Amino acid sequence: MAATLAHTARSRTLAAGLALLVALLMLMSLASLAVGARAIPLGEVVGALFDPNAGGTNATILRELRIPRTLLALLVGAAIGLSGAIMQGVTRNPLADPGLLGINSGAALFVVLGISLFGLTTLTAYVWLGFGGAAVATVLVYAVASLGREGATPIKLALAGAAITAAFGSITTGALMIDATTLDAFRFWQVGSLAGRGTDILVSIAPFLAAGIALALVTGRLLDAMALGDDIARGLGQRVMLARGIAALAWIVLAGGATAAAGPIAFVGLTVPHAARAITGPSYRWILPYSAVMAPILLLGADILGRVLAPPGELQVGIVTAALGAPLFIFLVRRRRLAEL
Amino acid sequence: MNTMPQPHEFIDIGADVAGIREALARRWAIVVGGLVIVMLGLFVAAMVMGDFPVTPKQIVTSLLSPFTGTTQKGIDFIVLGVRLPRALVAIAAGIAFGISGVLFQGVLRNPLASPDIIGITMGSSTTAVAAIILFHLGGGWLAAAALVGGLGTAGLIYLLAWHQGVSPYRVVLVGIGIGAMMTAIMSYIFTRARLVEVQEAVTWLTGSLNGSQMKDALQLGAEVVVLCLLLIPLSRAAGALELGDDTARALGSRVERARFLLLGVGVALCALATAVTGPIAFVALMAGPIARLLLGPSGGAIVPAALVGAAVTLGADLIAQHLLFGVQLPVGVVTGGIGALFLIAMLITANRTGRTS
Repeated sequence: MAATLAHTARSRTLAAGLALLVALLMLMSLASLAVGARAIPLGEVVGALFDPNAGGTNATILRELRIPRTLLALLVGAAIGLSGAIMQGVTRNPLADPGLLGINSGAALFVVLGISLFGLTTLTAYVWLGFGGAAVATVLVYAVASLGREGATPIKLALAGAAITAAFGSITTGALMIDATTLDAFRFWQVGSLAGRGTDILVSIAPFLAAGIALALVTGRLLDAMALGDDIARGLGQRVMLARGIAALAWIVLAGGATAAAGPIAFVGLTVPHAARAITGPSYRWILPYSAVMAPILLLGADILGRVLAPPGELQVGIVTAALGAPLFIFLVRRRRLAEL
Repeated sequence: MNTMPQPHEFIDIGADVAGIREALARRWAIVVGGLVIVMLGLFVAAMVMGDFPVTPKQIVTSLLSPFTGTTQKGIDFIVLGVRLPRALVAIAAGIAFGISGVLFQGVLRNPLASPDIIGITMGSSTTAVAAIILFHLGGGWLAAAALVGGLGTAGLIYLLAWHQGVSPYRVVLVGIGIGAMMTAIMSYIFTRARLVEVQEAVTWLTGSLNGSQMKDALQLGAEVVVLCLLLIPLSRAAGALELGDDTARALGSRVERARFLLLGVGVALCALATAVTGPIAFVALMAGPIARLLLGPSGGAIVPAALVGAAVTLGADLIAQHLLFGVQLPVGVVTGGIGALFLIAMLITANRTGRTS
């Protein structure tokens, strides 16, 4: 009885916390709409949000640039946070992150090949190429790492990811050397940025990310069972292979879509689930929604910082997250006894 | 059923062990001898092949010309000024990368943990890219920048992985993280630079033997020799470390100190070679496993790995120069291609036999 009461009380606290974070996210979104090379007063922001036909330069900037950018940041952020949490849950590996498991190098390779072999340089083309490359790389990394008795242990996954990244990276560099225009187009994609992604990108990627997010939130229960180990999960009635397949599908759609839309953004998918876990405890039914909200907060924060730190230009969001994320990652590796997993 | 061995059977077992040891030593000698022959063959090919055909007789005359005084105009330049330095740099760099790779793989007890993968080469590359693009350096200063980058990054990884001693596991993970950070820094620099500079940097990053000078060859050669001499007193500790920390301690090795020194030599070799040629992909990764494949159970992989590294670099350079008609590829592109395939094959077999921890 007391346990159930405590459980309900805890759930209520966590729900309240989540509501607070959502409010924070709204605030950040408003900030994202207002801040930039051209500061737009909040009154005008709110006005433009409610009046789609508002005229004037500010309203146009909001409609064409800031609103799509902010929406994309929300979707991409949620996608990255969720995919990181799912990866960590499925692989039982606290170091799972799209960048470290080769997705980014796969996306990069396909983008480069698309540019140099087929001359595709539109952002929309990058989206599809990135998607394809990410899927191929993930399958390769996971397949290679799970050979052998122990399956995909943290160190084997990290090394397989680093190895595939190195291999794909060599081919990518080779292709880049041959053709200067490819290099010129690629070096900007590679950094990870939300700039210049307008409504067309948003519209083409949003359905995938939205579907992925919905799928991901449903997998919370599956992940909780999987965390206990395959045998216990089966004993609890779960079809382990199917569950893993669903989770993997969600992760490929989310991580692949996010990288495809914004380029490779490092470390967010890695650190946000850990922060979420620190607040919510080990249940994925809470970790997933918390990650889905905290990651966009982080991403928007990095994006806003990027707009503000280097006037009149912009610091791409991928740079800021790397600068913030790398020390966090090192701290994680030092602190946690990862061999336990 | 097992019965207690009789006294004369003990003596036979002793003879068997000695016999096995002899057989292993013989295999080691055969492998090393074979590799030396392969390397010499590739060296001769490197001297003979090219747009300007040169006969072996002319090569020998050229090589002896400082002593005999007979000069052959154009030929001397080709042989002594271009091909010989290039081949010597290939051998020196190949030896350096090969030994560095096998040291890392041994100390970190993982066939996939080579300097390319755990971030050290990335560190050299990042400082070199910064030197090229931000400071417009070249030649000696560029080499110095690469060296500082490699050593600095290694030091950083070591410090960050240190937590009551350094576990191989943590070094690998921290290394991968630092490598990712270095890549981010490099990407940032690439977006801020002019395209021409970026191209220059990307060319350096591919690893090439073009424009090798005799003085580079001699300098790198001397550095490699000195570092190898440092390895001799450490070789016993190196073998012990492979058995695991506890066993090594029980055998009397000071594990932390040995690990530090061995990794230090490995880093120095890799950084010095990278400073001269740029990062030649995968040589450090491939040399050790190929050597072990040839040797089988007979240990002592350092010398064979050095020879494999030299042979691979020479061979890859030959392929790079003559594969495509009229186009000279940088050696790094060829090693990258072969290495990528090799790496994936290695991952698959290593995982299947459960040799990775």
